Amino acid sequence: MSPAAPHVVVDRLVKRYGERTVLHGVDLTINRAETLVIIGGSGAGKSTLVRHLIALERPTSGRILIGGTDIASLSDVELAVARRRFGMVFQKYALFDSMTCFENVAFPLREQTRLKEKEVRERVLAKLRDLGVEHAAQLTPAQISGGMAKRVGIARALVLEPELLIYDEPTSGLDPVTSRTVDDLIEEMRERFAVTSVIITHDMVSAFDIADQLAMLIKGRVVAQGPPGEVLTSAHEDVQRFIRSSGVEASRLEKRRRRTPAAELAARFAAEAPVGHPPP
Amino acid sequence: MSDEEAPREPSWKSLLRGVFAPATDALTEIGTLADLAGRSLLWAFRPPYRGQVFLAQLEFVGVQSVFLVGLVGLFTGMVFAVQTVYGFRRFGAENLVGGVVALSLSREMAPVLTAIMVAARAGSGMAAELGNMRSSEQIDALETMAVSPIQYLLVPRIVAGTVMVPVLALLFFLVGVGGAWIVGVQGLALDPGVFADKIRTLLKPDDLLQGLIKAVVFGFAVSLIACRHGFYASGGAVGVGQATTRAVVWAVVGVFVLDYALTTVLTPVA
Ligand SMILES: Nc1ncnc2c1ncn2[C@@H]1O[C@H](COP(=O)(O)OP(=O)(O)OP(=O)(O)O)[C@@H](O)[C@H]1O
Ligand SMILES: [Mg+2]
Repeated sequence: MSPAAPHVVVDRLVKRYGERTVLHGVDLTINRAETLVIIGGSGAGKSTLVRHLIALERPTSGRILIGGTDIASLSDVELAVARRRFGMVFQKYALFDSMTCFENVAFPLREQTRLKEKEVRERVLAKLRDLGVEHAAQLTPAQISGGMAKRVGIARALVLEPELLIYDEPTSGLDPVTSRTVDDLIEEMRERFAVTSVIITHDMVSAFDIADQLAMLIKGRVVAQGPPGEVLTSAHEDVQRFIRSSGVEASRLEKRRRRTPAAELAARFAAEAPVGHPPP
Repeated sequence: MSDEEAPREPSWKSLLRGVFAPATDALTEIGTLADLAGRSLLWAFRPPYRGQVFLAQLEFVGVQSVFLVGLVGLFTGMVFAVQTVYGFRRFGAENLVGGVVALSLSREMAPVLTAIMVAARAGSGMAAELGNMRSSEQIDALETMAVSPIQYLLVPRIVAGTVMVPVLALLFFLVGVGGAWIVGVQGLALDPGVFADKIRTLLKPDDLLQGLIKAVVFGFAVSLIACRHGFYASGGAVGVGQATTRAVVWAVVGVFVLDYALTTVLTPVA
């Protein structure tokens, strides 16, 4: 895949459940190392949209291209291979409750790499430490709070250092300080591995802070899309209502951090590792 | 909510569909089960083989059912002895009691009742656990991590059911005969020598074999049906509850239907 080609393309995606249309032809283009933030009301179809990106749902019509390949055309085995390069943080954590938090984070490493147990241990503990939940390592998901479970879920998605990371409300239920830590981690993954991120959030501060692109989904349609500044000042009535209700003043939102442009990261990454990710 | 959801007009087509719904539903259900069975079979032979996960299921289906199956086996044998003594006394055939109890335990009672106990205990547990994993997105998470949920979750459960139900049925049989012995010989003063002798002469290897074949098929069917309902559960906690109920009900119904089918095939009466 050339660095110039988009990493993820959603092409006229329609999804119906029975009689009911949840996505009415969604188009999106995300470049390598870019962060796309999706905002929109509850039930707008945000989770359904991102589930298509990792082939957890089949489109009713339309296509999903990842690195130029239509993922609907892949066989089970090819899909399994492709999925090694995806990571997902689920809205409801989706931790395996038959395992401890440590085993949860170790799971993708044990399943998909041949790392020695000692190295698995080190990596898992390092990720848990990054997220401030290393003390939960030996507890089961039932024994920890929702916010901690969310962070363990993030650790599990990040531990393989995938190329495409999807976060379904990574900061909902977290306190503001931890939320910023999560934002920092998302940024760090991008800077270090040129990760492409798709983030669903209701947190306008973080949306504005980390987004290269902002897309607003309302009732299964993308009503506004572009750099955050443009979307926030869009004249679209639904967009304005959403931003007014979020309680933050559009004029006071600003980027807090200095970010390396996506194109630069992608180019640097392509030069270092021309055939994708070096195997862990 | 939206215009797509206008109420459907009644029509000849929908009326016909309603009449044939039970039949088409049954066919769809059999199709779903066959599809799941086929895919499980394929995945069962593909690496990686996860010994620990499989052992955990053997433990859950088998070891944890031993006490329950033994208990039910004991009482079944005891009740059977009392009833047979009572009935056979009418025409002076009490000496046959041992053989008759062993025969009916091995051919029918042991496989059928064991399968029902496993459906109630392990089957409901499987359906509830898988349903819960579905509704909390754990099955999606497995898929996202490139692990086949069929291979990781269904195969060990179905194999464990298929392996453990025959073992448990054998246990049921042995404990049941023991229970009949206790009641018949100790309680109702049957002659121990005759009791044992009639078991030896009446019980053929074929009888035990039929029981084991049935147990294998029931074990497979019960765990497959339980997995199917849990795996495709939808609708949150309510949905998981319904899935669990359906799993047990249909597993038990399945056992009786299969029992009749297998009995006709395996028993040369004509
Ligand atoms: N498997 C399904 N079957 C039927 N309808 C579904 C299914 N999955 C989602 N839907 C419907 O699709 C719509 C969008 O759901 P989705 O979960 O994508 O919303 P969302 O934007 O993520 O909302 P939230 O912010 O509350 O998480 C909802 O109305 C939901 O009822
Ligand atoms: Mg959602």
